[in-house]
Amino acid sequence: MTMLSTTIQPGLWASVGMIAAVVLCSTAGEVLTASAMKSIGDLDEIRARSGLKGAILAVVTCPRFHAGVGFLALAFFSLLFALNHLNLGLVAPASASLTLVTNAIAAQLFLKEHVDRRRWTAAVLVCIGVYFLAH
Amino acid sequence: MSHIRPTPRQYLILGFVSLSAPLGDSCLSRGMTSLPPISLAHPLSLIGAVFTPWIAAGIALLIGFFASYLTALSWADLTYVLPATAFGNVIVELLSRFWLHEEVSWQRWLGVFLITAGVGFVAHGPSLTERPQPQAQAAESGIAGEQSR
Repeated sequence: MTMLSTTIQPGLWASVGMIAAVVLCSTAGEVLTASAMKSIGDLDEIRARSGLKGAILAVVTCPRFHAGVGFLALAFFSLLFALNHLNLGLVAPASASLTLVTNAIAAQLFLKEHVDRRRWTAAVLVCIGVYFLAH
Repeated sequence: MSHIRPTPRQYLILGFVSLSAPLGDSCLSRGMTSLPPISLAHPLSLIGAVFTPWIAAGIALLIGFFASYLTALSWADLTYVLPATAFGNVIVELLSRFWLHEEVSWQRWLGVFLITAGVGFVAHGPSLTERPQPQAQAAESGIAGEQSR
Protein backbone atom coordinates (compact mmCIF):
# COMPACT_ATOMS: atom_id res chain seq x y z
CA MET A 1 0.00 0.00 0.00
CA THR A 2 1.37 3.38 -0.88
CA MET A 3 0.78 6.48 1.14
CA LEU A 4 -0.06 9.54 -0.83
CA SER A 5 0.83 12.87 0.68
CA THR A 6 -0.76 16.03 -0.60
CA THR A 7 1.48 19.07 -0.54
CA ILE A 8 0.15 22.52 -1.38
CA GLN A 9 2.57 24.27 -3.71
CA PRO A 10 2.77 28.04 -3.07
CA GLY A 11 1.81 30.34 -5.93
CA LEU A 12 4.22 32.38 -8.01
CA TRP A 13 3.89 35.56 -5.95
CA ALA A 14 4.22 33.68 -2.65
CA SER A 15 7.44 32.05 -3.95
CA VAL A 16 8.78 35.42 -5.14
CA GLY A 17 7.89 36.94 -1.76
CA MET A 18 9.72 34.22 0.20
CA ILE A 19 12.89 34.52 -1.91
CA ALA A 20 12.67 38.34 -1.79
CA ALA A 21 12.47 38.21 2.03
CA VAL A 22 15.69 36.15 2.18
CA VAL A 23 17.49 38.44 -0.27
CA LEU A 24 16.35 41.72 1.34
CA CYS A 25 17.07 40.65 4.94
CA SER A 26 20.47 39.30 3.91
CA THR A 27 21.34 42.51 2.02
CA ALA A 28 20.22 44.72 4.93
CA GLY A 29 22.31 42.59 7.32
CA GLU A 30 25.45 42.69 5.16
CA VAL A 31 25.20 46.45 4.53
CA LEU A 32 24.57 47.29 8.20
CA THR A 33 27.45 45.04 9.31
CA ALA A 34 29.80 46.57 6.72
CA SER A 35 28.73 50.08 7.74
CA ALA A 36 29.31 49.22 11.42
CA MET A 37 32.81 47.92 10.70
CA LYS A 38 33.67 51.05 8.67
CA SER A 39 32.46 53.28 11.53
CA ILE A 40 34.56 51.33 14.06
CA GLY A 41 37.74 51.60 11.94
CA ASP A 42 40.57 49.20 11.07
CA LEU A 43 40.29 46.29 13.55
CA ASP A 44 43.98 45.43 13.11
CA GLU A 45 44.96 48.91 14.31
CA ILE A 46 42.49 48.78 17.24
CA ARG A 47 43.89 45.39 18.27
CA ALA A 48 47.45 46.72 18.09
CA ARG A 49 46.44 49.71 20.24
CA SER A 50 44.01 48.16 22.76
CA GLY A 51 44.51 44.41 22.41
CA LEU A 52 42.05 41.69 21.39
CA LYS A 53 39.70 42.59 24.25
CA GLY A 54 39.54 46.20 23.05
CA ALA A 55 38.80 45.10 19.47
CA ILE A 56 35.98 42.77 20.60
CA LEU A 57 34.58 45.52 22.84
CA ALA A 58 34.63 48.02 19.96
CA VAL A 59 32.57 45.60 17.82
CA VAL A 60 30.03 44.42 20.40
CA THR A 61 29.29 47.95 21.68
CA CYS A 62 28.34 49.19 18.19
CA PRO A 63 24.49 49.29 17.87
CA ARG A 64 24.65 49.14 14.05
CA PHE A 65 26.55 45.84 14.31
CA HIS A 66 23.71 44.37 16.41
CA ALA A 67 21.15 45.62 13.86
CA GLY A 68 23.18 43.91 11.11
CA VAL A 69 23.41 40.62 12.99
CA GLY A 70 19.66 40.85 13.70
CA PHE A 71 18.91 41.15 9.99
CA LEU A 72 21.31 38.27 9.19
CA ALA A 73 19.43 36.13 11.73
CA LEU A 74 16.13 37.17 10.09
CA ALA A 75 17.59 36.15 6.70
CA PHE A 76 18.52 32.75 8.14
CA PHE A 77 15.02 32.13 9.48
CA SER A 78 13.45 33.41 6.22
CA LEU A 79 15.65 30.88 4.40
CA LEU A 80 14.45 28.08 6.69
CA PHE A 81 10.83 29.16 6.08
CA ALA A 82 11.37 29.29 2.31
CA LEU A 83 13.03 25.83 2.34
CA ASN A 84 9.98 24.51 4.19
CA HIS A 85 7.73 25.54 1.28
CA LEU A 86 9.94 25.55 -1.82
CA ASN A 87 12.55 23.26 -3.39
CA LEU A 88 16.20 23.65 -2.38
CA GLY A 89 17.06 23.68 -6.10
CA LEU A 90 15.08 26.91 -6.49
CA VAL A 91 15.76 28.72 -3.19
CA ALA A 92 19.54 28.15 -2.86
CA PRO A 93 20.68 29.40 -6.30
CA ALA A 94 18.11 32.21 -6.48
CA SER A 95 18.87 33.65 -3.04
CA ALA A 96 22.66 33.16 -3.22
CA SER A 97 23.06 34.77 -6.63
CA LEU A 98 20.50 37.58 -6.27
CA THR A 99 22.04 38.63 -2.94
CA LEU A 100 25.34 39.42 -4.69
CA VAL A 101 23.63 41.83 -7.09
CA THR A 102 21.44 43.51 -4.44
CA ASN A 103 24.52 43.90 -2.21
CA ALA A 104 26.37 45.70 -4.99
CA ILE A 105 23.39 48.05 -5.53
CA ALA A 106 22.98 48.64 -1.76
CA ALA A 107 26.74 49.22 -1.28
CA GLN A 108 26.65 51.90 -3.99
CA LEU A 109 23.49 53.55 -2.62
CA PHE A 110 24.00 53.41 1.15
CA LEU A 111 27.74 52.86 1.73
CA LYS A 112 28.69 55.22 -1.15
CA GLU A 113 31.16 52.61 -2.46
CA HIS A 114 32.58 53.23 -5.90
CA VAL A 115 31.17 50.20 -7.76
CA ASP A 116 32.92 50.61 -11.09
CA ARG A 117 32.57 48.51 -14.24
CA ARG A 118 35.15 46.03 -12.92
CA ARG A 119 33.13 45.34 -9.75
CA TRP A 120 29.82 45.12 -11.63
CA THR A 121 31.37 42.60 -14.05
CA ALA A 122 32.70 40.61 -11.09
CA ALA A 123 29.31 40.71 -9.30
CA VAL A 124 27.48 39.45 -12.41
CA LEU A 125 30.12 36.73 -13.12
CA VAL A 126 30.06 35.48 -9.51
CA CYS A 127 26.23 35.65 -9.50
CA ILE A 128 25.96 33.44 -12.63
CA GLY A 129 28.74 31.17 -11.30
CA VAL A 130 26.98 30.65 -7.96
CA TYR A 131 23.75 29.90 -9.87
CA PHE A 132 25.51 27.17 -11.90
CA LEU A 133 27.15 25.69 -8.79
CA ALA A 134 24.01 25.64 -6.67
CA HIS A 135 21.56 24.55 -9.38
CA MET B 1 39.53 56.24 -6.93
CA SER B 2 43.10 55.64 -5.89
CA HIS B 3 44.57 52.16 -6.02
CA ILE B 4 44.49 50.98 -2.41
CA ARG B 5 45.84 47.44 -2.41
CA PRO B 6 45.69 45.06 0.56
CA THR B 7 48.91 44.16 2.38
CA PRO B 8 50.11 40.51 2.29
CA ARG B 9 48.65 40.06 5.80
CA GLN B 10 45.28 41.35 4.58
CA TYR B 11 45.39 38.95 1.61
CA LEU B 12 45.96 36.17 4.18
CA ILE B 13 42.82 37.27 6.07
CA LEU B 14 40.82 37.25 2.79
CA GLY B 15 42.20 33.77 2.08
CA PHE B 16 41.06 32.62 5.51
CA VAL B 17 37.58 34.12 4.83
CA SER B 18 37.39 31.99 1.65
CA LEU B 19 38.72 28.80 3.24
CA SER B 20 37.19 28.75 6.72
CA ALA B 21 33.48 28.82 5.76
CA PRO B 22 33.53 25.79 3.39
CA LEU B 23 35.92 23.88 5.69
CA GLY B 24 33.69 24.65 8.71
CA ASP B 25 30.57 23.52 6.84
CA SER B 26 32.36 20.34 5.72
CA CYS B 27 33.44 19.56 9.31
CA LEU B 28 29.87 20.07 10.56
CA SER B 29 28.52 17.83 7.79
CA ARG B 30 31.16 15.14 8.49
CA GLY B 31 30.42 15.28 12.23
CA MET B 32 26.64 15.19 11.94
CA THR B 33 26.56 12.29 9.44
CA SER B 34 28.79 10.18 11.70
CA LEU B 35 26.31 10.56 14.59
CA PRO B 36 23.24 8.35 15.01
CA PRO B 37 19.96 10.05 13.94
CA ILE B 38 18.88 12.70 16.45
CA SER B 39 15.13 12.78 17.08
CA LEU B 40 13.10 15.79 18.13
CA ALA B 41 12.08 13.83 21.24
CA HIS B 42 15.69 14.04 22.52
CA PRO B 43 16.93 17.53 21.60
CA LEU B 44 19.53 17.48 24.39
CA SER B 45 21.60 15.00 22.39
CA LEU B 46 22.41 17.99 20.10
CA ILE B 47 24.32 19.56 22.99
CA GLY B 48 26.44 16.43 23.26
CA ALA B 49 27.11 16.65 19.52
CA VAL B 50 28.78 20.06 20.01
CA PHE B 51 31.60 18.40 21.97
CA THR B 52 32.48 15.80 19.29
CA PRO B 53 35.80 16.63 17.57
CA TRP B 54 34.48 17.25 14.01
CA ILE B 55 31.61 19.47 15.12
CA ALA B 56 33.78 21.39 17.60
CA ALA B 57 36.31 21.96 14.80
CA GLY B 58 33.50 23.13 12.48
CA ILE B 59 32.18 25.60 15.05
CA ALA B 60 35.71 26.93 15.72
CA LEU B 61 36.27 27.42 11.96
CA LEU B 62 32.92 29.23 11.53
CA ILE B 63 33.71 31.54 14.48
CA GLY B 64 37.09 32.20 12.81
CA PHE B 65 35.27 32.91 9.53
CA PHE B 66 33.00 35.53 11.13
CA ALA B 67 35.91 37.20 12.95
CA SER B 68 38.05 37.39 9.79
CA TYR B 69 35.05 38.54 7.71
CA LEU B 70 34.42 41.42 10.14
CA THR B 71 38.13 42.28 10.13
CA ALA B 72 38.14 42.35 6.31
CA LEU B 73 35.07 44.62 6.27
CA SER B 74 36.88 47.08 8.56
CA TRP B 75 39.49 47.87 5.87
CA ALA B 76 37.89 46.81 2.56
CA ASP B 77 34.67 47.54 0.68
CA LEU B 78 31.72 45.13 0.94
CA THR B 79 31.78 44.68 -2.87
CA TYR B 80 35.47 43.67 -2.57
CA VAL B 81 35.00 41.15 0.28
CA LEU B 82 31.83 39.40 -0.95
CA PRO B 83 33.40 37.73 -4.02
CA ALA B 84 36.05 36.31 -1.66
CA THR B 85 33.29 34.59 0.35
CA ALA B 86 31.82 33.18 -2.90
CA PHE B 87 35.27 31.78 -3.77
CA GLY B 88 34.66 29.26 -0.97
CA ASN B 89 32.24 27.47 -3.33
CA VAL B 90 35.11 26.94 -5.77
CA ILE B 91 37.23 25.38 -3.01
CA VAL B 92 34.38 23.01 -2.10
CA GLU B 93 34.12 21.89 -5.75
CA LEU B 94 37.89 21.33 -6.02
CA LEU B 95 37.92 19.38 -2.73
CA SER B 96 34.99 17.21 -3.81
CA ARG B 97 36.66 16.45 -7.18
CA PHE B 98 40.27 15.86 -6.12
CA TRP B 99 39.92 14.74 -2.46
CA LEU B 100 36.59 12.91 -2.39
CA HIS B 101 36.85 11.86 -6.09
CA GLU B 102 33.25 12.87 -6.77
CA GLU B 103 31.88 13.53 -10.25
CA VAL B 104 31.62 17.24 -11.03
CA SER B 105 29.31 18.14 -13.92
CA TRP B 106 30.30 20.62 -16.66
CA GLN B 107 27.78 23.13 -15.27
CA ARG B 108 29.67 23.09 -11.98
CA TRP B 109 33.03 23.52 -13.74
CA LEU B 110 31.50 26.48 -15.60
CA GLY B 111 30.40 27.90 -12.22
CA VAL B 112 33.94 27.43 -10.86
CA PHE B 113 35.39 29.22 -13.91
CA LEU B 114 32.95 32.16 -13.68
CA ILE B 115 33.51 32.71 -9.93
CA THR B 116 37.29 32.49 -10.34
CA ALA B 117 37.13 35.04 -13.19
CA GLY B 118 34.91 37.33 -11.07
CA VAL B 119 37.23 37.15 -8.05
CA GLY B 120 40.21 37.81 -10.34
CA PHE B 121 38.50 40.95 -11.69
CA VAL B 122 37.89 42.35 -8.20
CA ALA B 123 41.28 41.35 -6.79
CA HIS B 124 43.04 43.42 -9.47
CA GLY B 125 41.23 46.58 -8.43
CA PRO B 126 41.43 48.76 -5.31
CA SER B 127 40.10 47.27 -2.08
CA LEU B 128 38.66 50.46 -0.60
CA THR B 129 36.81 53.48 -1.98
CA GLU B 130 38.92 56.44 -0.95
CA ARG B 131 36.96 59.60 -0.31
CA PRO B 132 37.72 62.97 1.26
CA GLN B 133 37.27 63.07 5.05
CA PRO B 134 33.93 65.02 5.17
CA GLN B 135 32.44 62.68 2.53
CA ALA B 136 33.64 59.63 4.47
CA GLN B 137 31.92 60.91 7.61
CA ALA B 138 28.74 61.57 5.61
CA ALA B 139 28.80 58.01 4.20
CA GLU B 140 29.21 56.54 7.68
CA SER B 141 26.37 58.61 9.11
CA GLY B 142 24.25 57.92 6.01
CA ILE B 143 23.10 54.53 7.26
CA ALA B 144 22.34 55.97 10.68
CA GLY B 145 20.24 58.63 8.98
CA GLU B 146 18.38 55.97 6.97
CA GLN B 147 17.72 54.02 10.18
CA SER B 148 16.42 56.98 12.15
CA ARG B 149 13.98 57.92 9.33
